[in-house]
Amino acid sequence: MSFFHLREPLMVQRIQRDYERFRKIVRGKIKNNLSKYITRGELIGKRGNDLVSIPLPQIEIPQFRYGVKGRGGVGQGEGEVGQALGPPQGGANSQAGDQPGGHILEVELTLEELADILGEELALPRIQPKGRKNIYTTRERYSGIRQSGPESLRHFKRTFKRALKRQIISGTYDFDKPLIVPIREDKQYRSWKEIPLPQSVAVIIFMMDVSGSMTDEQKEIVRIEAFWIDTWIRAHYKGVQRIYIIHDAVAQEVDEHTFYHTRESGGTKISSAYELADQIIDQRFPPSDWNVYAFHFSDGDNWGDDIPHCLDVLRSRLLHKVNLFGYGQVESPYGSGEFLHHIEELTNEFDNLVVSHIPNRDAIIRSIKDFLGKGR
Amino acid sequence: MPTTMNLLNTPYDTSLTPELRAVQREIEGYAREFGLDFFEVIFELLDADDLNAIAAYGGFPTRYPHWSFGMAYEELKKTYDYGLAKIYELVINNDPCYAYLMRSNNLVDQKLVMAHVYGHCDFFKNNAFFAHTNRKMMEEMANHGARIRRYVEKYGEDEVEAFLDKCKSIEDLIDIHSVAIRRRDEPPRFDFEATKDEEPIPVTRFKTKSYLEPYINPEELLKAEEERKRKEREAKSKNFPEQPERDVLLFLMQYAPLKPWQRDILGIVREESYYFAPQAQTKIMNEGWATYVHSTIMTKRALHPSEVIDYCDHHSGTVASHGPRLNPYKLGLELFRDIEFRWNTGRFGKEYEECDDLEKKRNWDLGLGLGRQKIFEVRRTHNDITFIDEFLTPEFCVEHKYFTFAWSEQAGTFVIESREFQKIKQRLLFNLTNFGKPIICVVDGNYRNRGELLLRHEYNGVDLRLDHAIATLANIQALWTRPVHLQTVVEGKPTLLSHDGAEHSMKPLGESDDPRRNAPAKTR
Repeated sequence: MSFFHLREPLMVQRIQRDYERFRKIVRGKIKNNLSKYITRGELIGKRGNDLVSIPLPQIEIPQFRYGVKGRGGVGQGEGEVGQALGPPQGGANSQAGDQPGGHILEVELTLEELADILGEELALPRIQPKGRKNIYTTRERYSGIRQSGPESLRHFKRTFKRALKRQIISGTYDFDKPLIVPIREDKQYRSWKEIPLPQSVAVIIFMMDVSGSMTDEQKEIVRIEAFWIDTWIRAHYKGVQRIYIIHDAVAQEVDEHTFYHTRESGGTKISSAYELADQIIDQRFPPSDWNVYAFHFSDGDNWGDDIPHCLDVLRSRLLHKVNLFGYGQVESPYGSGEFLHHIEELTNEFDNLVVSHIPNRDAIIRSIKDFLGKGR
Repeated sequence: MPTTMNLLNTPYDTSLTPELRAVQREIEGYAREFGLDFFEVIFELLDADDLNAIAAYGGFPTRYPHWSFGMAYEELKKTYDYGLAKIYELVINNDPCYAYLMRSNNLVDQKLVMAHVYGHCDFFKNNAFFAHTNRKMMEEMANHGARIRRYVEKYGEDEVEAFLDKCKSIEDLIDIHSVAIRRRDEPPRFDFEATKDEEPIPVTRFKTKSYLEPYINPEELLKAEEERKRKEREAKSKNFPEQPERDVLLFLMQYAPLKPWQRDILGIVREESYYFAPQAQTKIMNEGWATYVHSTIMTKRALHPSEVIDYCDHHSGTVASHGPRLNPYKLGLELFRDIEFRWNTGRFGKEYEECDDLEKKRNWDLGLGLGRQKIFEVRRTHNDITFIDEFLTPEFCVEHKYFTFAWSEQAGTFVIESREFQKIKQRLLFNLTNFGKPIICVVDGNYRNRGELLLRHEYNGVDLRLDHAIATLANIQALWTRPVHLQTVVEGKPTLLSHDGAEHSMKPLGESDDPRRNAPAKTR
């Protein structure tokens, strides 16, 4: 493709081609099964910092093999008859039937790749970060050489090459006793350039109703949605911060684990969460510098006289500060779900407000599309 | 000296450094002194990345393109990058023999690995089961690669890849013994079919006096028998294939409606399977032999006192057992040593076996000194199955603490099943039979007289993995184009798995079930 590719050794090219082909197949399989992965939420626990590992047994080439039943083998070592051999040993090149274990093929994907797949499959528009909120940071790149500098940046190879050249030219180099002593003129140092890098930063504020009417299933749906929203937004910004707010009648900021594992029995006052979010934005994430995303999940149950207050906070403050405000209403067996109708009234007024109704897991995909389909 | 530089085309020099060349000459000398007989060995020094890439291609840098090699590469690269495993060397059965060494190995490692390589190379050249393999495989593989690359250009990557996927799904359905046995007669040079028919059919005629003939050998009975035998003969000649065919790939090449390029690719996959088969057939012996060789050469000749610790570290890693897994290096090495000891002391044969005096047996030593000679003979004539069958002894199993394990439904894991010698031997042999894979053969290429294909799984007590079996059947169906069936046993019941191209089905099969009874019944 590029000029540099032509210069690569043939074999590297070959294996790279087969490797690319393999990755393409992997991406294809994941894309085909994306809705399954989304609904089951099985990827969430598999996430590392930048990588997700995805079990993909269907990528293996099928062959006639023995099943696990009636299978066995021969081992070596201590142990009584009847003793369990412990967890299967993951042997990559295990001959089938030869030894316990064998493994399920897992492939690793970067979060960016996963976001790409999500974007392609759901036809999501890419987010346009708000221009004025880009911060410029500078990064140093070591890209040059100069004659002076700190010793820690001395370029050894160049320095010694120059010293060798000088010694040979001046005839002081002794071939039997190859001693090279660089002098000041030989010394070369790495130098750096400062490169301004535009960096757009974003913060995602997740809010969730943890009052008694939200069951575990509802929370799982929220968890899955949050995972994918997070994945998508993270793919568009350099640094993404996450804020978690739980609320019943009062709101508090918590960490991720607490967010998903708290259960309160109290009543519900949604405005408390909106007030807190507003405060946090003002104090820590001024919208002039940050792309702010806020998502609120609830079963739609709220104290009746709190509703006007909620709408007021949204209308007069919050919605002016965020790129996107998503309200997701999960259906619970207890909630009345009336809040949806009230907040929906605001959608005509505000373009950055998205309201989505999520009755069950199958609706997650549609709901993700609702939220992220705005390209904001 | 020829090198593979042109094939690898690495940006660095892959030939040995002067220092390593001196080491190679030294080790090669020891190998000859030890009595090894090998092809010329060409060593190449490679970076980890290149070594992983070559390993992913099964040792052949010029192999045909396929994503599965990319997958293997990722796996190797990941385990290497995480420091879980490292390939020290890779030896190719070829004349000259190519051996790839990891650049980053230290000097002791390189010494050990070179000695190990000479062991493998001697084994490749001398073991009977490698006799049929192509010793110019480097060129052959490059040729295969070029052909498949050409098909990719002509018919498109997706098309060729999809076809290769199917071929690789059945690549192990070959008849490994066919290289040594004549399964079918040479096609006759002249057609004597006409005379064959006239051959009289022998009937059972009892000896008797002539006046009793009509009673002892009644005419109608003889006629009936003749008729029956004629029918049998006809039926037999109509069987297609005449004998159950284990070389499923060959059968498909000959009779499946394939395009010429597809037939060529199937042939390539089959040829490579036959080339690689002996390596799987002799894994324990080959690794055991190479380990025996390197430990002998290193400890008796090549090792400098300063290198002992590094050598021990490496060697013990080679023969370590990882949990309960069987380590072929260890089993092979210990068996070779055991054989050498037994033939040195004369602990074999009738007299020794029948000796009842345990004390006498323990101290048995006839001072024969035949050990070295014996193991050279064994490495020439045996494969893993015969090696285990002939040389595994109860004493050996006890001494080295072997046991069998089996899947326990209750525990949901493998549990230790027994420490009995017979059981251990049985399990080992079972897992080595057909490489521990089920045996599948073609029994009927015109099943139900509808051009359908009937395969049979030679059931031996272990069920197939059903999801894989069905997916594989679908791949065979795609090659055969007519419905494909597989007789197997599922949970104790004879079962017929079928795939007609659109969907699969699973029907229980009566023991007495035969195709004739499946003929459409004449009701109505």
